[in-house]
Amino acid sequence: MTSSQLLGATTFIYLLATFLYLLVLIFKARRAGILGTAVTLIGVLVQTAGIIMRWVESYQMGIGHAPLSNMYESLVIFSWAIALSYLVIEVIYKNRMLGAFALPFAFASMAYGSFAGEIHREISPLVPALQSNWLLAHVFTCFIGYAAFAVACGIGVLYLLKDRKERNRKAAGRRVVEGEEGVLDLLPPLKTIDEIIHKSIVFGFLWLSAGIITGAVWANSAWGTYWSWDPKETWSLITWFVYAVALHARFTKGWGGRRIAWIAVFGFLSVLFTYYGVNFWLSGLHSYGSS
Amino acid sequence: MKEKNVLWEFFTSVKLAIFTFLALAATSIIGTIIPQNEPFGFYVENFGPRWATIFKYLNVPDMYHAWWFVSLLVLFSLNLIACSLDRIPNVVRILRKDNLAVDIERLEKRGKNRRLLSALPLEQAADKLRGLLAGSGWSFASRERDGGVLFFAEKGGWTRFGVYTVHGSILVIFIGAIIGSIWGYKASVMIAEGTSTDQVYARDERHTPIPLGFRLRCDRFLLTYYANGMPKDYISDLSVIKDGKVVLQKRIEVNDPLQYAGLTFYQSSYQPIDNQYVIYLKNTTSGAFQNFIVMPLRQMRWEEENVAFGIVERRNPNMLGQYQHKIWFSDGKGSPVSFWVSENQPVRLERPGATYTVEVKQRFATGLQVAKDPGVWPVYIGCTLMLLGLAVVFFMSHRRIWIWVRPEPQGGGCRIVLSGNANKNRDGLEKDLDKIESLLNSSNELQVQGG
Repeated sequence: MTSSQLLGATTFIYLLATFLYLLVLIFKARRAGILGTAVTLIGVLVQTAGIIMRWVESYQMGIGHAPLSNMYESLVIFSWAIALSYLVIEVIYKNRMLGAFALPFAFASMAYGSFAGEIHREISPLVPALQSNWLLAHVFTCFIGYAAFAVACGIGVLYLLKDRKERNRKAAGRRVVEGEEGVLDLLPPLKTIDEIIHKSIVFGFLWLSAGIITGAVWANSAWGTYWSWDPKETWSLITWFVYAVALHARFTKGWGGRRIAWIAVFGFLSVLFTYYGVNFWLSGLHSYGSS
Repeated sequence: MKEKNVLWEFFTSVKLAIFTFLALAATSIIGTIIPQNEPFGFYVENFGPRWATIFKYLNVPDMYHAWWFVSLLVLFSLNLIACSLDRIPNVVRILRKDNLAVDIERLEKRGKNRRLLSALPLEQAADKLRGLLAGSGWSFASRERDGGVLFFAEKGGWTRFGVYTVHGSILVIFIGAIIGSIWGYKASVMIAEGTSTDQVYARDERHTPIPLGFRLRCDRFLLTYYANGMPKDYISDLSVIKDGKVVLQKRIEVNDPLQYAGLTFYQSSYQPIDNQYVIYLKNTTSGAFQNFIVMPLRQMRWEEENVAFGIVERRNPNMLGQYQHKIWFSDGKGSPVSFWVSENQPVRLERPGATYTVEVKQRFATGLQVAKDPGVWPVYIGCTLMLLGLAVVFFMSHRRIWIWVRPEPQGGGCRIVLSGNANKNRDGLEKDLDKIESLLNSSNELQVQGG
């Protein structure tokens, strides 16, 4: 088995998992949910094996380095972190409904990495600037953070949908009739969803901070400047501020529910721009991430 | 005094914090879209003369150092300081509070209280409780009050300072940045192989020379490639020379700089020097060796070894991208020879009197970034504090538990009320209460029953 076969298979496994979780959501198919969890777990294991294989293969080619050095490899790790974070949440909250809002991100990331024309998938050697032990720490911390924010966004969307439904129902003076619950009614209560969003943001914020800091330390050891207002750095800081707003509003003003859900959605747009947009639309020190 | 209060309220408000976050985030975008630190002409060409003038007026070409952006950062810092000064005394008050002086009546009415019954008389129940708490890892105190005994136990009081550690860490980072900008500098220098410099050039418009106080010599620059043609390493062998003596030698590459006397030298660029080559000659019989800077078609002499040599012809790169050089060589013993060598490939030369190795390479100048930044350590300390502080804020809490034991009028037993309070993570507190409750239940002598 080569890493590209394993990672290629992962794409389809996540597609299958997405499909199964959608079945749970739309048809309330309980068994599909159990299968969904199993398939996601298999996906994470296959992907982990693929990542390790790619690592090993790079050493066999004599250009050994952690598989975190270009856009394709970052998409793989992003998808891996999303699927893994989701599984953790599923275990903690014992609810499979959320899968349909997390697994599509893991699938989309892999699918984009596997099929987009502008993405280079071959293992290539490290340019001198990337030859550092900080590569692993910096990229890994950043992507754990990004993945947590992706999960917060997915679940934020779900919160907004459920919240709208409940408000509409209330406005119409209707009640939930047993046996006729809609998909959204079977989701955890809004309060629990709100808590998951908050915890994902907290988790992401900690890792994003660590990612920015490891980046600064690395930049200082490579160029002698820990902060140079390069577009990627600046956008990571912008993202950091957006989530800092969410945390302060919650801790001091008790914000929750819809407002935090919206911040989770908008914050993730900022994450996507930091991750992806900067590389494609703006130039700067992080240009090696763009292909 | 009222006006002062208004000002104080302004600086201590969370609204101001949220405003500065959003303002810093929004204005920061400008500098990621409009290229920074370009000459005026660039902005005229890309945005037209009117916008270029507006940009110049607002210092947009260097916006992260512009007065208005720095003002935002100052506002941000003031807000941080004011918030901490405003709230820390409160925290101290909470931590110093006599928690055994609570209003019992209100304590009994708190929501989520747990009520238990014990068959033991008050004194024995209280003693038992003392024994249980002593081994539980909670720091606790008790007091006889209103005919019963009140226990207070707490954990993690210090974690209330976590948030101020995070806020303080940002200020520490700012202090580091200020120290760096006052007492540090960024400079650069190009040093040709075989030469040395005692000054570097500031990264300003005039490239002001800055004396080093020692000499830095580039002994060798190496450029290596991967098989696919991508650059693999940029390497410089550097020597620090103080008072005519080499005091430090280091091979630097990207991500592995040289540090000396508070300065750090980073590999940042290189430049081939036109029509100049470096030839390394070694007499392997006697061990003598020497480097020469050579221009083609000029005869060189190695006096000590009585050797004459030169490059007589060059050929385009071979399949590996290496230039070929034809060397003419004479050491006075046997007839002179000429032979081809590939760049960076040492060759052995057998002569009647001795064996030599010959290596030819392009002569380069190495480009070094130079940084002096005494503020780096405060910045790193601030970063560490921030991560530790965030972990405390997000994962730890101050939990307080009151246990109120009073005699039951009938039956000679007593009633126990368990009440808890946490500044966050109420779920964690409930788990603690569960634990204490099961501790009470597991102690047979207490004979606690739900009630």
